[in-house]
Parts: sequence; structure tokens; C-alpha cells
Amino acid sequence: MNLIADAFGWLFDPAQWQGANALQVRLAEHLFYTFVAVLIAAVIAVPLGYFIGHTGRGREIAIGVSGAARALPSFGLILLLVLLVGVAQKPLAAFIAFVLLAIPSILAGAYSGIEAVDRRVIDAARATGMTEWQILRKVEIPLGLPRLIGGIRAAALQVVATVTLAAYIGLGGLGLYIIKGLALRDFPQMLGAALVIVALALLLDGLIALIQRFAVPRGVTAGRVSDVRSSSSRRPAVMETSIDERRG
Amino acid sequence: MGAVDELVAAMNWIIDNLGLIGRLSLEHLALAIPPIVIGFVVSIPLGFFAYRFTLTRGLLLTVAGLLYTIPSLALFVILPTVLNISFLSSLNLTIALTIYVVAIMARAVADALASVDPDIRQSATAVGYGSWRRFWAVEFPLAGPVVLAGLRVAAVSTISLVTVGILIGVESLGYLFTNGFQRRIVPEILAGVVMVVILALLVDLLLVRLGRLLMPWAPRGPQSRKMVEISSRTAVPQATGSRGGTQ
Repeated sequence: MNLIADAFGWLFDPAQWQGANALQVRLAEHLFYTFVAVLIAAVIAVPLGYFIGHTGRGREIAIGVSGAARALPSFGLILLLVLLVGVAQKPLAAFIAFVLLAIPSILAGAYSGIEAVDRRVIDAARATGMTEWQILRKVEIPLGLPRLIGGIRAAALQVVATVTLAAYIGLGGLGLYIIKGLALRDFPQMLGAALVIVALALLLDGLIALIQRFAVPRGVTAGRVSDVRSSSSRRPAVMETSIDERRG
Repeated sequence: MGAVDELVAAMNWIIDNLGLIGRLSLEHLALAIPPIVIGFVVSIPLGFFAYRFTLTRGLLLTVAGLLYTIPSLALFVILPTVLNISFLSSLNLTIALTIYVVAIMARAVADALASVDPDIRQSATAVGYGSWRRFWAVEFPLAGPVVLAGLRVAAVSTISLVTVGILIGVESLGYLFTNGFQRRIVPEILAGVVMVVILALLVDLLLVRLGRLLMPWAPRGPQSRKMVEISSRTAVPQATGSRGGTQ
């Protein structure tokens, strides 16, 4: 447990909070890369996802892309792009990699959110005379919002993890302490930084989860059953024997 | 220097290093398979508890969600401290990857069990199945296709994550990334990326085939609705909100 004490010692050493290599500078870099990359990815993926979700066109492609993207090794992608774009333009290359890695989750969130909307609701909207544009804007987008934000959440976590790896190419961010500590065999520094990275990821995740919760339109939560049951919502005919695992 | 020349150079590099690529691919698989198998086995009881009891459900799925959130490089640093193992070891990598598999699979198994029709469960009880036999003979096989969808996601992301192990000195196809980067050889990194994707697709295909063989009752067709739901939910963790558009 000495290691943990050392890590906190490193973390709270005033020297850690001063100069060009200060923790807050690295933290700001990390957040900056994450935020900008997710923003650019959203600008590209959200309209595309909405188009796919609304029209149903290109759905197979979207599923294929988000599936195949999972196989793509992010670390290799960064290094490859840095060599292709040019070592002099590391940030640009890294940004391209981050955006590429963030797009599939956001795309999946956008289209699956719309796809999950009950067809009858959309038919009802159409029957009341809404135009396609109004259906998208007033029905599909609000109802699909929680899933879209879920996609953004997954993308943000993916980018936070990838920015950590990007320290290998000298991009900065919190991963730099780990990569440097590795070379210097400075374990307290590595552990201290790892704890900061975990805290950052958890906070970010919690924050987006909170936004996600508030994004559910009020009409949807009213009278909603627990989110775990996706099969038949019927109550079993035989009640509460030992086997019954239904919850209200 | 035309594109053709570059292509020739790339091909030459790959042909000259086929032995290396092959050896690293095998090492890669050897590192990826244990976490997938162990994680899958561990997830079955965990998923069951998450599905069966409200209390354990909240606890297990929250912990799984939090573990899944931890970036891999940070986990590699934290695990040795907690478990008192060597930082630069393949054991460290194996445990970290197993944690990620469990984080995905515990939820998948819980969701899969919940997707079994309660009428079938009751019928099984009615004809005299005890809870242990009912689980293995009725519930788990019927949950199988959804479990498989989760396993495919876990397997593919594990194969891709093994590469990060090179940062803690565990050799895999990730070696081609760092070595290629240091020596500025584009084809080397490209070969690594392509090989990882190929391995992931092959294992994915194998799992699909295995699923067809072992579960002839599974719905055919490219993807059943339930599976799409699971895989899109794994891409979108814990997406609550309107579900169940029955179309």
C-alpha cells in the first residue's frame, strides 16, 4: 500500500502543479482533445445517423461500420495516421484518429435511437398531418435523444482512452505521465496519473449519464415499466411461486 | 515516387516479413483467447445474479459499467498495485482484458436471460424441472443467441485491445505498431492494423458458425432484432429510454 501513498505524494506535490508539465495543463489538453474530437464526430455522425434512422436507408452499412470499427486497433490507427499525415502535424493526425474512432458509436446512437421509436407513434404523427421534417424534429429526435447521448457517452470514453495512448507519440495529455514514468521507472508518477485518468473517465461518464437521464422526454418516463424487461410484459398466470423473477 | 512504387515497397516489406507477421498473429491469438474464455465463463454466474436479484443487479451492473469505463493504459498501471503482480507481464494484460470481457458479458448474459419468454420458464417448471436443470436445459440455451451477440462484441474488442499490451512489453501484433513507428515504416503498421482486423473478423465468423452448430434453434437471418438491440446497446452503454418499437 506504500505505492498508493507514494502516488498520492506525487499527486499532491506542489511541483506537480507548476510549469509547462503541470497536471492541470495535461488535464486541460486531455479534455480539449476529447471535447473537440467528439464535437467534430457528432457534427458528422448525427445528421447521417438521423438520415439513416428516418429513411431506413443505409442501415446495413451503418451496422457494418459500427461493428467493424470495434475491430480497429486505436493505438495502431494513431501511429499509422501520424506517419501518413506527417510527424510534423501530429495533432492533426491524432485528431483524425480520434474523430474516426468516435464516429461509429455516435452514428449507432443516432440511428438506433430513431429506429427504436415505436412505429405506431410515427404513424400517428403522420396521421395527424405532420410533415416528414416535423416528424423527425418533434417526434423522432426527442424520443431518440437518450440513445444518441448514450452513443456520445461511449464515444467520449473511447476518445479519453485513446488520448491516453496518444501520449506515446508525444501529444501530451495525462497519458504522458504514464509513458514517461515507464521509461523512468517512476511508478508513483504512473499510478498517480492513472488515478487521475480513471477519475476523469468516471466523472465524464457520470456527467453524461446524468444528462442522458434528463434528456428523456417527460411523456416517455410517465408510466414506463422498468427498463430491464424487453420480452412480454404480461404478468405470469401463476403468481409468485419460487420461480418468479418478475419485478413490477 | 509514385503510388505504384509505394505499393510495391509495401508488398515487399510484407513478403519479407511474412514469418514475423505470422508468429505475432499466433502470439496475438494466444493472448486474446484466454481472457475471452475466462471472461465468458465468469460472466455466466454473474449475469445470472444480475438477472435474478434486484440488489445484485444494481451492484453488479454498476461495477461492470465502472470497470468498463477505465482506460486500458490506466488499468495496466492500477492492476499490479492492487493485485501485487508484475507490471510488465502478460498476466497483467490477461487480467485487464478479462475484466473488460466480464464488464461486457455480465450485462449481456443478464439481458439474455431476461429475454427468455416467462411462459416457457413456467412450462419448464410445470413439467418438473428443478431450477438448476431448468437453467441449463431451458433458460440458458434459449438465451444463447443473445449471449452470443454479446460474446461477439467482447471477442472483437478484446482482439483489438491486445495490441495495447505492447506498451507494457507484452508482444503481439502491437509490436508492428511501435516498431513500425520508431523505424518510420508505414507498411509495417498497416500490416499490423489489417492483421488485427482480419483476426477479429475470423474469430467473429468462427463464433457465428459455432453458434449455428450448437444452437440450431436460434433465429436465422443475418441478425435477429434482439441481437441488433444488444449490439447497438453495447455500442451505446446503458441507453435507457424508449425501447420496444415492435414495428
